[in-house]
Amino acid sequence: MTNGAPAQVPEILQGGRGKNSGQFSTFYVADLFFGIDVLCVQEVLRTQQMTSVPQAPRVIEGLINLRGQIVTAIDMRRRLGLPPRGGDLTPMNMVVRTEDGAVSLLVDEIGDVLDVDAATYERPPESLAPAAREIILGVYKLPDRLLLILDAERTVDLAVGVGAGIGRA
Amino acid sequence: MQDQEVIREFLVESYENLARLDQELVELEKRPKDAALLDSIFRTIHTIKGTCGFLAFSKLERITHQAESLLSQLRDGLRDLTPSLVSLILDTVDATRKVLTSIEATGEEGPEGFDALTERLRSAAQLTLEPDDSRAVENAVAPPAGPSPASPVVAKNEGKMASGDAEAGPPATAPEIVPSVPEPKASPVVVISEGSRSAEKSPASRSEDESAKSSAVADANIRVGVGLLDKLMDLVGELVLTRNQILQFNTEREDAALNATSQRLNLITSELQEGVMKTRMQPIGMVWNKLPRVVRDIAVALGKQVRLDMDGAETELDRTIIEAIKDPLVHLVRNSCDHGIEMPDIRVRAGKAPQGRLSLRAYHEGGQVNIEIADDGGGIDVLRVRQKALEKGLLRPEQVEKLSDRETLNLIFAPGFSTAQNVTNLSGRGVGMDVVKSHIEKIGGVVDLASKPGEGTTVKIKIPLTLAIIPGLVVTSGGERFVIPQVSLLELIRLEGDSSEKHIEQVHGTPVYRRRGSLLPIAYLNRVLGLNSTESHDAVNMVVLQAEDRQFGLVVDGINDTQEIVVKPLGKQLKGIPEYAGATIMGDGRVALILDVLGIGQRSGVMTESREATRPTSDQTGQSGNDQQQRLLLFRAGSFNRLAVPLSLVARLEEFPQSAIERASGGQVVQYRNRILPLVSLRDVLEPGACEPDQVADPVQVVVFNDGDRSVGVVVDQIVDVAEEVVTVRQKSNRQGLLGSAVVGKRVTDFVDLNYVINSSSENWSQRTVGSPIGRRILLVEASPFSRGLIRSGLDMAGYRVLEASSGDEAIRALEQQRVDMVIAALDLPADGSDGLLSTMRHRPEWSAIPILALADPALQTQMDSIRTAGFHDCQTKFDREAMLESLARLGAALTPSELVPAWAGKEH
Repeated sequence: MTNGAPAQVPEILQGGRGKNSGQFSTFYVADLFFGIDVLCVQEVLRTQQMTSVPQAPRVIEGLINLRGQIVTAIDMRRRLGLPPRGGDLTPMNMVVRTEDGAVSLLVDEIGDVLDVDAATYERPPESLAPAAREIILGVYKLPDRLLLILDAERTVDLAVGVGAGIGRA
Repeated sequence: MQDQEVIREFLVESYENLARLDQELVELEKRPKDAALLDSIFRTIHTIKGTCGFLAFSKLERITHQAESLLSQLRDGLRDLTPSLVSLILDTVDATRKVLTSIEATGEEGPEGFDALTERLRSAAQLTLEPDDSRAVENAVAPPAGPSPASPVVAKNEGKMASGDAEAGPPATAPEIVPSVPEPKASPVVVISEGSRSAEKSPASRSEDESAKSSAVADANIRVGVGLLDKLMDLVGELVLTRNQILQFNTEREDAALNATSQRLNLITSELQEGVMKTRMQPIGMVWNKLPRVVRDIAVALGKQVRLDMDGAETELDRTIIEAIKDPLVHLVRNSCDHGIEMPDIRVRAGKAPQGRLSLRAYHEGGQVNIEIADDGGGIDVLRVRQKALEKGLLRPEQVEKLSDRETLNLIFAPGFSTAQNVTNLSGRGVGMDVVKSHIEKIGGVVDLASKPGEGTTVKIKIPLTLAIIPGLVVTSGGERFVIPQVSLLELIRLEGDSSEKHIEQVHGTPVYRRRGSLLPIAYLNRVLGLNSTESHDAVNMVVLQAEDRQFGLVVDGINDTQEIVVKPLGKQLKGIPEYAGATIMGDGRVALILDVLGIGQRSGVMTESREATRPTSDQTGQSGNDQQQRLLLFRAGSFNRLAVPLSLVARLEEFPQSAIERASGGQVVQYRNRILPLVSLRDVLEPGACEPDQVADPVQVVVFNDGDRSVGVVVDQIVDVAEEVVTVRQKSNRQGLLGSAVVGKRVTDFVDLNYVINSSSENWSQRTVGSPIGRRILLVEASPFSRGLIRSGLDMAGYRVLEASSGDEAIRALEQQRVDMVIAALDLPADGSDGLLSTMRHRPEWSAIPILALADPALQTQMDSIRTAGFHDCQTKFDREAMLESLARLGAALTPSELVPAWAGKEH
């Protein structure tokens, strides 16, 4: 079975970072297809009433009330340095569990939960835009498209990547 | 009082412990080999003994000590448990209870000596040392240990014990009676100790009603798990929110029954909330109580004299917070005594009293608890801190130079840092201050340190009352709701009518309000938070707030009502924003932000001690906010040690190895991002003909400026810092390549004339801009030559041809003499220059089509719209280069191509 070269095991599957299930909750941001380890995802919500936070970094869309818990919502378009969402597109909340509590990622559309084949994993290309490079762990080459795996902890850590710097564009 | 409180706690705890002991001893008799049980009994007795020693109840201590040694033998397996031993221990428990009753009633241990009991315990413990006896004891049903050489009392007791057991039936059941019967006389087992009992008989009658009282103390208090209290607190928080929601529904509906019910719900919830809050609150004095001892010990050990003042011991804190600050507080106090306060002789020499003073202060402020630990010692030597940071390798020399005094002081909180000359056994090992800081930050607090050499050091800890429910005032601004903690609120002022704006006057551009004869500085919430202004002009709503002994008025769009709110912490992503203390959920289920009054005060500039000044890099909003505040890039070139350019003009900072520098068309270039970047050496520009330096820097430091598709790299010797400053002293420079000098970070700094520098690049920047569609003529009207220079350099780089004027009149003369495509006018020209210029231009047909861009002070950001409608084509903030250029491009695009100046560039070159 083995063909000599050991299959490259993705670092998320080694339990190095994040959890380790091999299953990903997927979503779309602009025309990109993303996945977050299903164990990191708490729930998915429709558009919520949002309270904006003046003076906050621009990637922060606002605060939502999640059953009595105040959750920060991060706009994934801005987080990834992508153009803003069209006016008629209402974002979905993908609430992820992080060390700092729940954080909501605002995405365009929610996809299915996918099982992926570890053999199709590859590290992200070096030439990836700086906004995305820091928070994308790797890429699964699905038959029809590429699934980009996000590191939930780093995504919500605005000190990583452009999160902090994008404040004043 | 405090002692009594301690004793009271001791009593409650001990009664509980004793009750448990009764049970456990009985259990133990059934399962004599249960090591865990034995351990628990041992620990209980040990605890009582320890506390007795601490509280100086010597009699009790003696008794429990003997019992403890007996138990330790049992625990160590030196002897086995016999019913007689159990009885003996139970007797001890009873005796202890008796003493406790006496303590509760009179505060004294009582006249009884319990000598017989002590003696019995002691000899019982000694018995084990004799192997024969231990064997005798081992055999529980054995007859009295006749040959015992030990004290006859013991022998007798043992004998009686055995016989007592025989009478009472199985030994296991006999002692069970003991705990359940408060008067031990009823138990047959107790007959054994008649000797001691009889001695105790005299106070027996007294102890009867006392024991009733004692149980009252025990019954009045129960121990509840903290987890349960936390859960209750959470639930109450939810209940409060739900209550608020119901109250809101109620106001929307006209239903008498609902109204009555919801009012009742309101009352009950408030009371419940208050009650649950109280269960978790403890005075900070609980922690402080142990500090006098700590201070005394250190003072004695070091030969210092220290007086400890405590103020605000009654300040209540949530118990979790009390728990968390206990250790940091002790450490800080130790530190102040050890490092802060000097030896008496040094103090006298410095003209201070030999006795040092350490004061602790706790108080509530703005929904936070502040704790200050201040000493009047020698203060912290900033130089030594810097030195130490270098020695310890915490920072590199160039980093140290950049630090402000305040930043330097905060190095003390860096891991592995200690400035003590001598490492004492008390502190100085470099662990601690960083732990203090991390502990306090863990509970969402902030530590700040201020020190004046020779006068002392003050450490201020601020702990937010997260999880707490506080009353707050709900206000609106820019369409958003905000909550202001009630504790910061002094009064509400509403200025009505046409004159409302007149009530707010200006002191050199700073809004103030005359409040009962004294001037109150005013801040506008809309401007502080950068919100759209929806303020109406017929009324001004002002909230008078207090933070840190200072008062200011905050103008808001609307004042709603007061509400009980549940303070919830903000996520990590929002922690660094000083304007907010937290968030809460309102009656309608939406989130509202809670304002941090101190942060708002500082951010708006009404409170001078600016927090931003200590954190130059954390400011995300750049120049907005303060008047003329700019971010400057500081660097060094040639003999100029401090040069600056506005950071907004800088595209990137780069390092290139010498080997990457190539020569092309007579100048130096590097390949940079697939393009050729011309390099200009700032040293050569500023000091042409100066000799080459001995060492050629490798890699070279390059500041890259770019616009559109053109870039130029300016080679400097070293990048020094980024500073955010209100530029103060201004002096124009005659030297080519420099705009002028100003004081930045307390040092004189030269501002580089970028236009000149870039034009001296062999790759002629300006020439390339000729063909650019934006090669337009701009008249820049700005009074300050310095600001003019800064703005101009931005325009030059974008390829505009700039004419300058310093006043409205000068601008009109310039318009008369030359062709101008666009005008940029600062709004703060002297004598209404900008308005005058505007109206003059509008009334001269040949000028009326020229677009005018107004440049407003950043503080006026919120009035931009009204400025735009006043006749200017557009308005931008001063020094916002990007926005200015964008605006110019927009205005320029509206001009017809024929208005472009033909071939002016040819004349120029």
